[in-house]
Amino acid sequence: MSTPARYWREIPQRYRYEGNKCKETGEIFFPPRLVNPSTKSSNFEKVNLETEGKIITYTVIHVAPAHFRDLVPYAVAIVELNDGVRITSMIADCDPDDLKAGTKVRIEFRKIYEVGDAGIICYGYKCVPT
Amino acid sequence: MRDVAIIGVGMNKWGELWEKSLRDIFVEAALKAIEDAGVDHIDSMYIGNMSSGLFVGQEHIGALMADYLGVTPIPSTRIESACASGGAAVRQAFIEVASGMSDIVLAGGVEKMLDVDGNDATAALATAADQEYEVYNGVTFPGLYAMIARLHMDTYGTTQEQLAAVSVKNHHNGNLNPNAQYQFEVTTEQVLNSIMVCDPLRLLDCSPITDGAAAVIVCPLEMAMNYKNNPAVKIAGIGQASDFLALHHRKDPSWLKVVEIAGMQAYKMAGKEPKDIDVCEVHDCFSIAEICVVEALGFAEKGQGGCMASTGRTAIGGEIPVNTSGGLKSKGHPVGATGVAQVIEIVEQLRGQAGERQVHNARTGMTQNMGGSGASGVCQILEAV
Repeated sequence: MSTPARYWREIPQRYRYEGNKCKETGEIFFPPRLVNPSTKSSNFEKVNLETEGKIITYTVIHVAPAHFRDLVPYAVAIVELNDGVRITSMIADCDPDDLKAGTKVRIEFRKIYEVGDAGIICYGYKCVPT
Repeated sequence: MRDVAIIGVGMNKWGELWEKSLRDIFVEAALKAIEDAGVDHIDSMYIGNMSSGLFVGQEHIGALMADYLGVTPIPSTRIESACASGGAAVRQAFIEVASGMSDIVLAGGVEKMLDVDGNDATAALATAADQEYEVYNGVTFPGLYAMIARLHMDTYGTTQEQLAAVSVKNHHNGNLNPNAQYQFEVTTEQVLNSIMVCDPLRLLDCSPITDGAAAVIVCPLEMAMNYKNNPAVKIAGIGQASDFLALHHRKDPSWLKVVEIAGMQAYKMAGKEPKDIDVCEVHDCFSIAEICVVEALGFAEKGQGGCMASTGRTAIGGEIPVNTSGGLKSKGHPVGATGVAQVIEIVEQLRGQAGERQVHNARTGMTQNMGGSGASGVCQILEAV
């Protein structure tokens, strides 16, 4: 299994929803990239992501890995934020039957899972319908 | 660049091979391929394997397999490209022979997936997706393809029945394949009533977990005439491409660009078009994948892949038979071996050795092997000589 360092290392992206914006094309990347794949530019500035967006596509997971098994059935979606950034996120606090492409959601800071009874709690982002 | 031919193929029945180890199943397939080719040595080999480290705790299998095949000190290299590892291994062997570096090269693939429980196997397979930005957030591998399926259904009106038709067809073909893991038919009703894995994909939309290996021998086409066991099959075209690892970064997640690009490279090199292909093996890791692939390879218009299986166009005897072997769904999916076994099915079709699965007068065939949710892709076009 991974160590806690893996989660600390990612604090800016995962805890504060930070991406970076290409100063030349304006395109925003999440996670931040060192190279813009379209232009090969490395001229970026740090930006905070939009926290609202909509579902592009989704699934309801009935067979899950062990650390998510208590949550089934749970929804996961590809969400497009209002700045054009796309992420994969669980959709929490919803009836999965009510979801569809276009459903409006916002990002919230949530617990993702715990590593065992005495292990660290892994945090990150989930989306909830607005 | 020299022309390259396939002169030998080997695989055994796939399935739950509890009594054999990773090295055993690879060496058995490799020996069969060497015997089929009639060669007395090999100069080099490549082994497609996704995750022997996670599945059996063994890395460095290039040397291990050379050791147990008894071919040291030849160069032996493991190739990893997730579920496209086997196809990529064949491409490396092609390049080594085409370049003139070596004459007789073995391209194999192997995976032993049932030594771990289902949870660990699922976790190992999920390493083909983005661990930090997809898997961490709760998505599974079937979940990624389920999101592709949902988008395809929303955009083009593809139906659950059309998804089921892919599994029904592939089980029908696999039932005719003595090497298939699941040699039985399934009905549309059984698919539609199987347990839900990730909505809209049900258990019988998903390929299984499998132990298995496969191997082929390639050599220069001009040298192939010296080996008369079988008619030689030419590798007329080959292509490989990559794309964003995370599904959410692709502009249209229901379009497999990596397949389109690898396919176009293969078509261009071979001087062929989709209408020239007589039989095709595609990467139906999930039913929706076959639907998206037949579009990306140009056998159906964009968005129209759903009706290909349900109307019989991809059946044996249809306009473009797809997955005559049973595909990943019925033949099984030992990930690193899959791309090599696809090549074997096409070679047997072009040799006229496919038995009850034989496509009448097959002269040109194609394979399509894919890694992750479509981040790696390899295609080959093979021709009877």
